[in-house]
Amino acid sequence: MSLDTMLGDRQKLAYIASQAADARLNVELETEGMTLNIGPQHPATHGTLRIICRLDGEQVVWAEPSAGYMHRGYEKLTEVRTFPQVTTLVNRIDWLGSFANEVPFILASEKLMQVEAPPRAQHIRTILFELSRIANVGLFLGDLGVQMGAVTPVFMAFRDREYVLNLIESATGGRFHPNFDRIGGLLNDLPKGWIEETRGVMRKLRNFCTEMEDLLFGNEIFQTRTRGVGIIPKDVALSHGLSGANLRASGVDYDLRRDQVLPMAWDKTEFTVWTHPDGDSFARCWVRLMETRESTLIVDQLLDTMPAGPVMAKVPRIIKVPEGEAWVSTENPLGEMGYYVVSKGDLGPFRVKIRSASFNNISIVPWVLRGVYVPDIITILASLYFILGDIDR
Amino acid sequence: MGLKPKVPGLVKGLGVTFNTMMKTFTEGAATVQYPHEKEAPTLRARGVIALREDNCTACMLCARSCPDWCIYIEGHKELAPPRRAGGAPRKVNKLDRFDIDYALCMYCGICVEVCPFDALFWSPEYEYSEPRIADLLHDKDKLGEWMETVPEAPELEVGADKKGKK
Amino acid sequence: MLAVTIPYWGQTLLRVLGGIVAVLLPAGTIVYLFLFKMMSFMQSRLGPMEAGPYGSMQLFAEVGKWLQKEDIVPGRADKYIFRAAPLIVLVSTFLLVVVVPFGPDAYFTNFEIGVFYMLAVSSISTLGILIAGWSSANKYSLLGGLRAAGQLIAYELPMVLAVVGVVIQAGTMNLQDIVLKQNGGEIFGLDWIGNPYILTQFIGFAVFMIAVQAELTQVPFDMPIAESELVSGYMTEYSGFRFLIFFIAEFATAGIFSLIASALFLGGWGVPFAWFGWDNVGDISNWMNIVGPLIMFSKMMLLSFVIMWVRFTYPRFREDQLQRFAWKVLIPVSLVNIMVTAILKVAF
Repeated sequence: MSLDTMLGDRQKLAYIASQAADARLNVELETEGMTLNIGPQHPATHGTLRIICRLDGEQVVWAEPSAGYMHRGYEKLTEVRTFPQVTTLVNRIDWLGSFANEVPFILASEKLMQVEAPPRAQHIRTILFELSRIANVGLFLGDLGVQMGAVTPVFMAFRDREYVLNLIESATGGRFHPNFDRIGGLLNDLPKGWIEETRGVMRKLRNFCTEMEDLLFGNEIFQTRTRGVGIIPKDVALSHGLSGANLRASGVDYDLRRDQVLPMAWDKTEFTVWTHPDGDSFARCWVRLMETRESTLIVDQLLDTMPAGPVMAKVPRIIKVPEGEAWVSTENPLGEMGYYVVSKGDLGPFRVKIRSASFNNISIVPWVLRGVYVPDIITILASLYFILGDIDR
Repeated sequence: MGLKPKVPGLVKGLGVTFNTMMKTFTEGAATVQYPHEKEAPTLRARGVIALREDNCTACMLCARSCPDWCIYIEGHKELAPPRRAGGAPRKVNKLDRFDIDYALCMYCGICVEVCPFDALFWSPEYEYSEPRIADLLHDKDKLGEWMETVPEAPELEVGADKKGKK
Repeated sequence: MLAVTIPYWGQTLLRVLGGIVAVLLPAGTIVYLFLFKMMSFMQSRLGPMEAGPYGSMQLFAEVGKWLQKEDIVPGRADKYIFRAAPLIVLVSTFLLVVVVPFGPDAYFTNFEIGVFYMLAVSSISTLGILIAGWSSANKYSLLGGLRAAGQLIAYELPMVLAVVGVVIQAGTMNLQDIVLKQNGGEIFGLDWIGNPYILTQFIGFAVFMIAVQAELTQVPFDMPIAESELVSGYMTEYSGFRFLIFFIAEFATAGIFSLIASALFLGGWGVPFAWFGWDNVGDISNWMNIVGPLIMFSKMMLLSFVIMWVRFTYPRFREDQLQRFAWKVLIPVSLVNIMVTAILKVAF
């Protein structure tokens, strides 16, 4: 049965049109060298990212990311949901460190309602935020090994991440999608024994960081693969809108936890902001390792100074946020994540604009991938660390 | 302190894997052999939602607040006998149908949270997968059966304000 | 020496069966013990446990699974070459095992130029890998095949040069004679150690093991496969029985290279003859023909353990770093090794 007999006229036209579009794309790109699609199905991209590279032998001449394969329409979805429902949805943007996604949205809504969460709630919010950061970046460290070819670190990462997920589950009820933050505070308080357990888990995670250092970062082969690869100078990083560890690895001393005042408990702790002057892949990975360890120290400090009190402020049962617009951004595990919430006094927001860190982080891919070898593409993408849910929302 | 030779990273890496191997050999793996041994989830784990039918008044708050609209409620009003002799008959809501479609449920917990009559509870049960998707629609009776697995709310941590709410 | 005379066709049949066992047994043991169990233990998990007690039948389950898969040849691939490529790799494995001695009389063939034959035949697999990458109509396989070509040819040289040191010290290319010389000899006047060439040729041993790791395309030299970049490199389009052949060939070759390394450097099938008071070949008792293969097997497991241990721990090199390492580091080092060996051999 040939193609002709099975399709109707309309379908045939559609098929021809799609072939022509592909041919146009191929003709444009294929003037020299080989065009290679990295993705959308690929073991190295964290999800369905497609990077179109034109290669000359093994060197990249031109590269462009083509995102959108995982677009779920978050900003449209939030227009028809109420505020508690939006909190549920927003968990799923950066699914590895999911509590961190709720926080800027809740803070923006609280700003509009002119409500501040009680100090205990702020403390617990910050602790859970840092735990999400540890869970997220812990996985990154393991995944880095896999991209480089070392199959063992990822299992250690998952093993030690289990402890953090169990902690989050015992407090919130959900391992991956806590849905714990509410306007005015938190859903519930911590169960008994959580503080002691968390202290033990933080010790284990510090051991994990040392193990990663020995197994991966100290390895000469890893250093040869990552040092000097994908150097992003300071001005280029700033002009492309990089944020988070990518920016700090290029030497820019910028951390939203320290540099802005939010109703969270970071100003009650002391922590170092790690930067690295090189701006290469090794710097980005190293900064994240140091940040993970720093997060465990922050959590320890917060556990020591936890105030007593309620976890929920006085808010009405059915929440109607007054009219207004608010922008809050925080230092999420992936970078700077912000929410611009526009409310018209309804049960749900009128419009929510989500500034996700990875979307801006991969804007540098065409610039940084020129002239690198194919294996270095993987190194650079691994060190930039994006999550598809964050890029495509 | 400075006299100890620096061990090259290559050798240290081999040491880490070797140590992990010996540790798995002597102390056991970090994994749980699932069908034969099972790990108990925490008390607050969101496994399945249980319904206490006596408390439910078919107020529809849970169905309205579900982000996925996966709760299907049907009820009707009935006249119940008056509380005291000589009074007017009371109008009560009777629940006909209360289905939760677990194929849609996002396990967010908003329904449990908003219920004003404490009719919905979380239970850590998670082993209810079915070969047919249609069987994932749990009706009133099945949701009532889950009530047996609902644990007591855990005690709250030091410094908390009130006793644990369910 | 045998009590029964077996006709020539019987001997050939025994040799064929022995060859199959000698290829598949190391492959199976390495896959089960190291790939399934050791890798899992290093990753804090237990590995396959369901198929058979402690997962011992997992290998048969896997073979059965691969065998029953659909035989897919990509539409635009070059059919005959695509189908021939795995067989070429497997043939080179079988050709490689005939020259390994397992006991004083337990050998397949006794070539005078055994080492030369071994080095020549091990290069045939390069051809198989290259045409596998080229004939699958897939850009990723092409990249894998090109990388394989460069890498495998580059690492042939350090392997050859490392073995030359052993040949100079032994004075012969016959593998059986090399084994006899190691076990019958003495070093520093101590004859209870024998003279395993690893003690004097430690540089050659290190270079040989690194070159073997690269010839097998194992991490850290697995750019041709590069699982996280090229999915499976030159093996991407292969599925079912053809992939099984690649899989078996990879681990069988690992085992056979370990056997050869233990014959060249660790004293092969023997223990130092001074333990039993044997002076020459004629003195060796008959039971050594049974114990010899067992000793070879255990030495092979030791060396394969090291190969696999390195495989599961390190990340991989980039292609140009790999080439630089071979040409700028390994070849000069092995050349110096040869020079020093020759000087010392003449001097002492």
